[in-house]
Amino acid sequence: MPDPAKTPAVQLSNIRKSYGEHEVLHGVSLTANEGDVISILGSSGSGKSTLLRCINMLEVPNAGSVSIHGEAITLDQKPGQPPRARDMRQVNRLRAKAAMVFQSFNLWSHLTILENLIEAPVYVLKRDRKEAIAEAEALLARVGIAEKRHAYPAHLSGGQQQRAAIARALAMHPSVMLFDEPTSALDPELVGEVLKVMRDLAAEGRTMLIVTHEMGFARDVSTRTVFLHNGVIEEEGAPAEVFENPRSDRFRQFISRDH
Amino acid sequence: MVIDFPFLWESFTTLLNGVPLTLQLTALSVVTGAVLAVLLALMRVSNRWWLDLPAQAYIFVFRGTPLLVQIYIIYYGLSQFPELRHSILWPFLRQAYWCAALALALNTAAYSAEIIRGGLLSVPAGQIEAARATGMSGFLLMRRIIFPQALRQMLPGYSNEIILMVKSTALASTVTLMEVTGIAAKLISQSYRPIEVFICAGAIYLAINFIVVRAFAALEYALSPERRPAPASTADQPEKARA
Ligand SMILES: Nc1ncnc2c1ncn2[C@@H]1O[C@H](COP(=O)(O)OP(=O)(O)OP(=O)(O)O)[C@@H](O)[C@H]1O
Ligand SMILES: [Mg+2]
Repeated sequence: MPDPAKTPAVQLSNIRKSYGEHEVLHGVSLTANEGDVISILGSSGSGKSTLLRCINMLEVPNAGSVSIHGEAITLDQKPGQPPRARDMRQVNRLRAKAAMVFQSFNLWSHLTILENLIEAPVYVLKRDRKEAIAEAEALLARVGIAEKRHAYPAHLSGGQQQRAAIARALAMHPSVMLFDEPTSALDPELVGEVLKVMRDLAAEGRTMLIVTHEMGFARDVSTRTVFLHNGVIEEEGAPAEVFENPRSDRFRQFISRDH
Repeated sequence: MVIDFPFLWESFTTLLNGVPLTLQLTALSVVTGAVLAVLLALMRVSNRWWLDLPAQAYIFVFRGTPLLVQIYIIYYGLSQFPELRHSILWPFLRQAYWCAALALALNTAAYSAEIIRGGLLSVPAGQIEAARATGMSGFLLMRRIIFPQALRQMLPGYSNEIILMVKSTALASTVTLMEVTGIAAKLISQSYRPIEVFICAGAIYLAINFIVVRAFAALEYALSPERRPAPASTADQPEKARA
């Protein structure tokens, strides 16, 4: 048996992804250990979302392998055919462990906030409904929107919706959390409330991979920073190191442009 | 011309005898048509050409030809096939009632399939993706996330289709059925007073469709709590425990 503490939470090896003829990831490898908070930076179109979405198979890589907690996802990657996961049951099981938070929240608009939180725990994880509700209420209180539990997503501000989406992700008891630009769709004055929730999660020691444009947040909160450029990792290291002494010129330009 | 009011009333009460058959034909064809329509719509959105193509062909044929022609083909045409005359379906297909119901059902299935497909495609891709990301897929995803939202989206279009179906049952009179229009035609041939009879027939269809419209409005309201304005106070209902 491998030591669970040493098994990486997420391991990507040599991920390649193409859309038609156009290859957008040219062999990316990335390991997230238990408790890592990895910020993924890069300019628009560099492949950040694609990389993140390869972890939970919302995009299936054309080559390379993905393992979650040491379990490799079985892929059919034959040249000339679209790649696919061989076993959807395996994918679904692993997806339930790697919760995702989206830029545009993607709360289910026909369900109340509370119903959004218990939906997957009850129907995917088959948890007891009463327990799921009790837990969901606690999570909503934690992200500061307990009083919105019976409201529909359309009646919440963007910041509240994103906090609800984070609570929905937490309700799955995920072992890894994937964030794709969670604050990019928010008005500037609402960004802080969402980042605060994420800071708390990082402080708890949760394993998180965060695509973000919030440099300050990446610098303070992440344990490791990855800079993606044109589908390859250009820079990688502890934020204190890479922000102070970037080895790559592109990353230097990138951080000086943003600040 | 002068309207003969006693005759008008008499026509009205006579025509009411046709209402049960009109409603039966509508209900039977709408229910079976809806089942077929769901199948066709799922075939259309399956992304598999060998499912999509037959569904497309079916929809093209049944939307592209007059309902009257479809009724005639089923009523007069099917009896030309000896195989059918000897099959277990014949006791049904020899009756005008089942032929009319079948034609109406096959016809509404084609239109409804496209309404359902429109509803399915209207569900935001991000919400489907969010469901997949939790490990939902297949029937569960359909039942819990896609269908409930598609249903709300397609209600206005579908109520339109049912109104059309109520009126389409009038064509069943062409194959001897004595629903509202069939009785009207008979009354006219006996009395030569088409105006009174048709006014009554029109009023009856109008009344039925009024109920259809109200029922769908109520259903839409009941199914779309998220589209109503938020409660005036965003504060939660007072805790029951404190009462
Ligand atoms: N479904 C798709 N079909 C075709 N091309 C795609 C698709 N998704 C992404 N791409 C392309 O892949 C490249 C990388 O896209 P990706 O969304 O990963 O970038 P990103 O780094 O997340 O950018 P942003 O900061 O704008 O979100 C882009 O050139 C994009 O046009
Ligand atoms: Mg992106």
